Amino acid sequence: MADSISRSLRDGCLEGEHAPALIIEDSLATPLGPSVFDHFLANLVSQIAAGKSQASGLVIVALNRSPSFYIDLLVRKGVETLLVDKWIQILDCYLDPLGWKNQVQPLENVQKPIMKETVVVFRNVRDINKLLSLIHEVGKGFLGQDKARFAVAIDLVSSLLRYASLPSVAGLLNNLRSSDQISSVFGLMHSDLHEPRVCMALAYVSSMFASLQPIGSPGNLQWLEKNYQKARLHVRLKRRNGRVKLLEEELHLDQAGIKFVAIASENAYVNKSLLPKVQFNLQLSDQERVDRAKVILPYEHQDNGEAIQIYDGRRSLPETRRDPQLVLPLAVPAIPETETSSGKGEIHYIRDSDDERPDSDEDPDDDLDI
Amino acid sequence: MNPSLSPSVPNLLDEALGLGRGGSAPWRVALVQDCVETSGAFLLHHFLKRALSAEGAGAVVFLALAHPFSHYDRVLRKMGCNLSLQRNKNKLHFIDLLNLEFPVAGQTGQNALEVGFIGLYNKILRSVEASSLRDDKGGWISIIIDDVSLLEIAAHGSVSHVLDFLQYCTTLTSELDCSLVVLNHEDIYSSEEEIRLLSHLDYLSDVVIKTEPLATGIAADVHGQLTIINKGVFTECGRSMNKVHNFQFKVKDNGVDFFYPGSQF
Repeated sequence: MADSISRSLRDGCLEGEHAPALIIEDSLATPLGPSVFDHFLANLVSQIAAGKSQASGLVIVALNRSPSFYIDLLVRKGVETLLVDKWIQILDCYLDPLGWKNQVQPLENVQKPIMKETVVVFRNVRDINKLLSLIHEVGKGFLGQDKARFAVAIDLVSSLLRYASLPSVAGLLNNLRSSDQISSVFGLMHSDLHEPRVCMALAYVSSMFASLQPIGSPGNLQWLEKNYQKARLHVRLKRRNGRVKLLEEELHLDQAGIKFVAIASENAYVNKSLLPKVQFNLQLSDQERVDRAKVILPYEHQDNGEAIQIYDGRRSLPETRRDPQLVLPLAVPAIPETETSSGKGEIHYIRDSDDERPDSDEDPDDDLDI
Repeated sequence: MNPSLSPSVPNLLDEALGLGRGGSAPWRVALVQDCVETSGAFLLHHFLKRALSAEGAGAVVFLALAHPFSHYDRVLRKMGCNLSLQRNKNKLHFIDLLNLEFPVAGQTGQNALEVGFIGLYNKILRSVEASSLRDDKGGWISIIIDDVSLLEIAAHGSVSHVLDFLQYCTTLTSELDCSLVVLNHEDIYSSEEEIRLLSHLDYLSDVVIKTEPLATGIAADVHGQLTIINKGVFTECGRSMNKVHNFQFKVKDNGVDFFYPGSQF
């Protein structure tokens, strides 16, 4: 599932479509949002570096962490130091978001961090329109070829919401998505800093919404500690045709980074939650499923040595009522009298494939790009 | 070297916070969250003493909104640390904000509050600059704020301005070798709107230290319990693991004892 998110960010958008947008949502109970954001960011940069993505570069809008953090992160994830400068541009909204540093005397005799050419400082985050035009300006560096696009990562949408109103932030995301220079947009938000309607509004302007939920019910310190290492990722994917797909996965954080693990009862859980409440069972239990598999269908060929018979309506008629003029096709073998003595027709049914259950929810044309 | 300033043997608190014998901290921002029944002021005293210890070679910028200098001087003197001496040596920069009150917005312009906070930020910068100009310059600088709720009162309840100011203090920790320790109270926020300041502070911090009374009630030998949530920060060798610690404490005149439940007789 995390792979499908990475793929969407990598593949970008089609001409005339809005760019895919991912919003990751976490809370104090499951504070792994920044790690998940870092995972998708590093993944996308490595895809850009390998030339596999639609985007030819990434603009990081840094509101929550310093630009040097992201450069260190990517170097730690295996991207070469020199190439980091080639593939990313950082819009620094972290060190001086309100321009206070211009109003005070700068620090003297204090070693300052080296500012790279890839970092552009923005000192008025309250001006969302200016921020939008600056993102485009910074991203222009990647647009060497025709129809080239770049991706945008906003490390904390919650910070933007502190400086600007919800409509202007939602407008920013919409404008980024509809731009013909942008291939994908993703960002992180902390759900418990906002009213539920804010999260819902941002979910509407995104095509993928990944929500981190704690595992189990709230409890003791062990539960709290576990939440710093494990979480459940609920993802809502919105298809182009309007269909909403719900997926769920578990993630584990260790020294190496984040690992996504499929939940064994994933389909059962999701299907269960989607089913309407009715008074009869729509689902089979495991025992019922086994019993059903044991039932021998009356018309199914049992592979017990008997010749396979293909139904022919005329031949199933009693011998006496047969049309004397009828000539049997040569391809059909003559049937001994004993086998048809019952005088009844037989239907031999061989199922096409056992791979897929008859009620499978999978859309066979899902990957078609029509 | 003044023997009274030699760093104490690492205790449970220092171990939980990942503090070694030096003055540097593996985290940038720590939030002390206390309540009326169990004050967290002793933790600020502990951080103050630790940062000024001789081996730490650190400096402290202390924003005092709760008490005057004489109060901290008396408390720290009993703990074996002379604050007056440290202030004369330029290791402690005590910013007295007892009477801090920013002009009400509208009287002197729309951004009066913001101008007030920029002035306060400038004071911190000048103190940091003075610390780095010391003879034995170098070492870790700790910025301690006692406490954020009074800052909020001085700002006439404007949470967004307080958060902007704290954001700028936090950025200093990315630019320089310094850490930020702030104290706030858990039980003074009732409505959902107001609790957002605490949540913001929680997100801003790398370490949260909560002081709570004992669940079993008042005890003579145990004054409360600490819950430390170390969120884990990126280090040079990768990510350190997150850890939640819980232990009890007893506040004494010359320091604090930390111990696991049931280990004190």
